[in-house]
Amino acid sequence: MTHFQTLVVGSGPAGIAAATCAAEAGHRVGIVDDNPNPGGQIWRSLRGQSAPDTSHGGGIRGAAQWYGRLIATSATQLQGWSVFDQHEPGIVRAERQGETAHLHYDNLIVAAGARERFLPFPGWTLPNVMGVGAIQAMVKGGLPVAGKRIVLAGSGPLLLAVAATLKAAKATVVCICEQASLRQLAPFALGLAADPAKIVQGLRYKAATLDVPFRTSAWPVEARGNGVLQSVTISHHGEKQQIPCDYLACGFHLVPNTELAAMLGCRMEVGNVSVDEIQRTSVPNVFCAGEPTGIGGLELSLIEGQIAGLASAERHEEARLLLDKKRKASRFADRLAAAFALRPELKALPQDTTIVCRCEDVPYCALKQHASWRTAKLHTRCGMGPCQGRICGTATHFLLGWDADSVRPPIFPVCIASLASLEAPLNPDISNVNIKIKETP
Amino acid sequence: MSKQMRSEQIQITIDQEPMTVAAGSTVAVAIALAGLHCRTSITGEPRGPLCAMGICFECRATVNGIAHSRTCQLLCEPAMDIRTQ
Repeated sequence: MTHFQTLVVGSGPAGIAAATCAAEAGHRVGIVDDNPNPGGQIWRSLRGQSAPDTSHGGGIRGAAQWYGRLIATSATQLQGWSVFDQHEPGIVRAERQGETAHLHYDNLIVAAGARERFLPFPGWTLPNVMGVGAIQAMVKGGLPVAGKRIVLAGSGPLLLAVAATLKAAKATVVCICEQASLRQLAPFALGLAADPAKIVQGLRYKAATLDVPFRTSAWPVEARGNGVLQSVTISHHGEKQQIPCDYLACGFHLVPNTELAAMLGCRMEVGNVSVDEIQRTSVPNVFCAGEPTGIGGLELSLIEGQIAGLASAERHEEARLLLDKKRKASRFADRLAAAFALRPELKALPQDTTIVCRCEDVPYCALKQHASWRTAKLHTRCGMGPCQGRICGTATHFLLGWDADSVRPPIFPVCIASLASLEAPLNPDISNVNIKIKETP
Repeated sequence: MSKQMRSEQIQITIDQEPMTVAAGSTVAVAIALAGLHCRTSITGEPRGPLCAMGICFECRATVNGIAHSRTCQLLCEPAMDIRTQ
């Protein structure tokens, strides 16, 4: 039996900080994550062949320091495992390539991070059209992009950070297209000036991307190609321009991964997991830290992670010492949200034939006649494929104002053997079980 | 890609064709380097990774006999048998 006093789900900055603090406070800690390496998306590839990544705030130095602290504890790291349900209170189940584990816990910290928001437009399903964080992940996963022409588009601070990564990998970043207007962004830029650490961070981005045109009020309206991407048409201040490119990296800022917390019954508040000042959710012994409580970036994630880790180990006083820092970092998060709010024109991006649900290939015309996510699902199968609506549900929330249904387990498709599994000890060997994808109704 | 990643090469097969990739490469990257698409959609469109972080399932393929594996979340291992879907 694998029993943890504190089990952390997610090994990004919030999860690493939470696990470290709980373990340093004496708890027996497990940290489980579905990526092959710890670090989450922003500190990707912390272990093994990590290319030093200076593109993000705090850079590799902050990452290495935190990771060093974590591995100095006795915390058990479980990478490559997807938590898919809560078997019974105090036991979650996880799967890795056909293998199942039951993880017992006294306290659970959800640090599930965020994903990119994707909006459908004609041609967005072509290979080599991917997310902004996605192309960064692919480059860090070994994709050579030297000499490739890449257009970055969408919204959010990730665009600049990824441009820096791509330039370092010797790609030709043709242009960066930010949907927000300069006027909308100005308060954000001014706000940055109030924080010296962020000025440095901003300058670093600027230096690395100096010879990349940064366009505001610009977004992609169509991607074209014959089986693979060949060009993208950009709308810039209302004028259209077709740009030949090898990759289009397009993501419209971030949305929190709330599925696990929702499945556990945690109360939500405008799409985020609701927590008190020391990161307690509405469910006893379940905490939440980082992006699922609201998109706030690296610093806020680290602070919330520390608070959650300390609170789970009942070091409430130490946790409360961080509250001032948390409030300050939260103000940055509020500015972030205002600066990169999506413009309503983007609701006109999908055409009738544009596929919205990529799992079930459901076009926009089949969806928009419905009144709600539920009726659309029942009539078209949208959101019923393997991604369980994580992509199209996020898109239709913006496009049509639909709210997703309640979350039901399993929160990831798993093999039947995992669903039927009883108590299973952790086994490092991966067994070759033939799996069938489980589609949730 | 770091130096360490380039230095060690490993053998895999993709759709039964042998291939060499740098250790530390994800399976999704290996499929891209082979010039293939991960899967064909239900209406016949070629698809590749969208999110590259285990959310969208567009990169799924059969890896060592396990269908619907998220290839962006898997590192290549020696003798890995990868089949596009």
